[in-house]
Amino acid sequence: MRSTVSDLFGKSPFKPLQQHMTAVIECSNELTNFIDAATSGDWVKAEASYNTIRDLEHGADDLKRQFRLDLPSSLFLPVPRTDLLELVTLQDKIANGARDIAGTMLGRQMEVPEPIKEDFVNFVASSLHVAHQAHRAINELDELLESGFKGKEITIITEILDQLDSKEGLADDAERIIRGKLLAIEEDIPAIKAMFLYKIIDKIGDLSNRAQRVGSRMQLFMAR
Amino acid sequence: MDILSQYSMILLVLACVFGFFMAWGVGANDVANAMGTSVGSKAITIKQAIVIAMIFEFLGAYLAGGEVTSTIRKGIIDPMILADTPHYLVYGMLSALLAAGTWLAIASSRGWPVSTTHSIVGAIVGFAAFGIGVDTVSWSKVGNIVMSWVVSPVLAGTISFMLFVSVQKLILQKDNPYERAKKYIPYYMFAVGFLISMVTCLKGLKHVFKDIGIKLSIGDAMFYSAIVGVIVAVFGAYLLSRIKRDEVKERNDRFYNVERVFAILMVFTACAMAFAHGSNDVANAVGPLAAVVNVVSTGVVGAKSSMPPWILLLGGAGIVAGLATFGFKVMATIGKKITELTPSRGFAAELGAASTVVVASYFGLPISTTHTLVGAVLGVGLARGIGALNLNVIGGIFLSWLVTLPAGAIMAIVFFSLFKLVFGA
Repeated sequence: MRSTVSDLFGKSPFKPLQQHMTAVIECSNELTNFIDAATSGDWVKAEASYNTIRDLEHGADDLKRQFRLDLPSSLFLPVPRTDLLELVTLQDKIANGARDIAGTMLGRQMEVPEPIKEDFVNFVASSLHVAHQAHRAINELDELLESGFKGKEITIITEILDQLDSKEGLADDAERIIRGKLLAIEEDIPAIKAMFLYKIIDKIGDLSNRAQRVGSRMQLFMAR
Repeated sequence: MDILSQYSMILLVLACVFGFFMAWGVGANDVANAMGTSVGSKAITIKQAIVIAMIFEFLGAYLAGGEVTSTIRKGIIDPMILADTPHYLVYGMLSALLAAGTWLAIASSRGWPVSTTHSIVGAIVGFAAFGIGVDTVSWSKVGNIVMSWVVSPVLAGTISFMLFVSVQKLILQKDNPYERAKKYIPYYMFAVGFLISMVTCLKGLKHVFKDIGIKLSIGDAMFYSAIVGVIVAVFGAYLLSRIKRDEVKERNDRFYNVERVFAILMVFTACAMAFAHGSNDVANAVGPLAAVVNVVSTGVVGAKSSMPPWILLLGGAGIVAGLATFGFKVMATIGKKITELTPSRGFAAELGAASTVVVASYFGLPISTTHTLVGAVLGVGLARGIGALNLNVIGGIFLSWLVTLPAGAIMAIVFFSLFKLVFGA
C-alpha cells in the first residue's frame, strides 16, 4: 500500500548525523575513565576501559557506514551531499583519536611521571571540553534546518562556535604547559618513554583539533 | 435511438456502477495523497482527516466542481458530432469510466504514481479519437488540458516556495518565533478562507444564485470572501489562543511550540485541500456519468445538459466508500512513513497545491492533484525546508505520464468495441 506522497519524503540525514556525534562523544568521554585508571597504575581497569572505548568506536563506525548508505545521489538535500559526508568523517576521526590514545597508552602500559600527572589529566579534560562543545554545535543542526539556514539560529550557532574556538585555545594552552613541564624532566626519564609521552601529548592535542574542525565544517553550511 | 430506448435501464445501471467504481477509486487512492501532508506532519489524526475529507470533498465537488465536470462531460469531445449516433457517446463514456477505473486499480495495487485525471482524460480521448474519429476530439481543449498538467506542479511549487520563504522570514528566522507565529498565522488563515470563498462565489454558487435571481460581481465576491476570510481568521486566532506553551519541551527543541501553532493552521489548509481535490477530481467519475444519464434520459445529445444533484451524491458516496474501505489504510501508511515533515512545511506545500488546484477548477481544467502536491513539496524543498526528498518519485511520475494516456486509451477502445458488439453498433 504505497503512496506517491509518502514515497516522496526521504530519510533526513540530520538526525542520524547528530546520533553519530552522540556516539562519538560517548566514546571519547570514556577516555576520562581510562586516563584515571592508567595514571593510578590500574592496568586491569584500564584495559576494561579500553575495551569499552573500542566497542563504542565500532558502534560509531556502524552509524557512519549506515549514514553513508542512506545518502544516495537520488536524494535532494538542502545542503551539498559532500558537506554532510565530510562532516561525518570528521566526527568519526574524534572517536578514532580517542581509541588511538587509549590503545597506545595501554600497549606500553604507559606511566605518566608524577610531576606532570596533574597537568596531564587537566590537558585531557580540556581537550574533551572542546569535543563537548563541538557536540553542542552539531546538536543545533536540526534547528538550523527548521529555520532554513538563516536568521536567529545562525547567531546562536556562531556563539557556540566562538566558544568552541576559545576552548580550543585553552586546550592549546594546556598543551604548551605540559610540554614545558615534560621538557623540564625529560632528562630524568628513559628516552623512548619520553618520546612516547610527547607522542601521546600530540595525539591528545590532535583530538581537540579534530573537534574544532567539525565546528569549522558547520560554518560552511551557514556560509552558503 | 432504438438502442437507447431498448437498453436504457441497463445502460443507466452500468453507468451508475462504473461511476461509483471510479469514485471509489478516487476515494481509495487519491484522497489519501491529497491529505498526505496533513496526516504526515501529524497536524491531524487519520480520523480527523477522514471526517474533513468527507465533508469538504463533497462541498468542493458541489460548490466548485461545475466547470471541470463540464469539461469532462462535453469539453474534451464535441458532443454535437455524435448527434446522429448518441449511443456512441453512451458506450464511449461507459468505456472511459471502466478503463480508467481498471487502470487505477492495477496501478494502485502496484504502487505506481498514476493520476486519476490523466486516466479518465486519456480514456475519453482514446475512445473518441480511435473508436469513432479524430474529429470527435476538441484538440485545442485537449492541448490546454495537457499544458495545465505541466504548469500546475510548477505553479504549485512556486506558490509553496514563496509561502515557505515568507514563513521563514516572518517567523522561523526571528528571535521570538512563537509570538510571531501567533501574530502572523491568522493572516494565512484569512488567505485560506478568502481563496476558497472566492472560488465558491465566482463559480460554484452561480447555479444557486441564479435560481434566487442574484448576480455576483467580482467586487461583491471579493467583499463577501473578505468577510469569510476574517471570520476564519478570528476563529483560528481563538483556537491559537487556547494553546498552552510547553516550556519544558521547548528547551530541547526551540521550535516545538511554533510547530504546534502551525498545526492549527494545517487543519484549515487540510479543509482547503479536500475542497480543492473534490472540486477537481469528483468530476472524473461524475462527468462521464452525467453525460450518459443525459443522453439516455433525453434520447438525444443535448447542447446544454444539466447536472442532476443525485449524480453528485453518487459520486460523493463513492468517494466516501473508497475512503472508508481502503483510503484510511493508505493514510495510515502515509502517517507511518512520513516522520520528519513538520506543520510549517506541510502548510506551505498544502496551501500551494490547494490554491493551484482550486484555480484550475475555476478554469475548468482537470489536473492531477497528486502531481500538483508533489510539485508543491518540491517547492518547499527548494527553499531548503525539507531534510531529504526522493527524486526517484519524479522519474516515476514522468513514466506514469507516458504510460497512463496510452493505457487508458487502449483499454477504452477495447471496451468501446465490446459495447458495440453487445448492444449493437
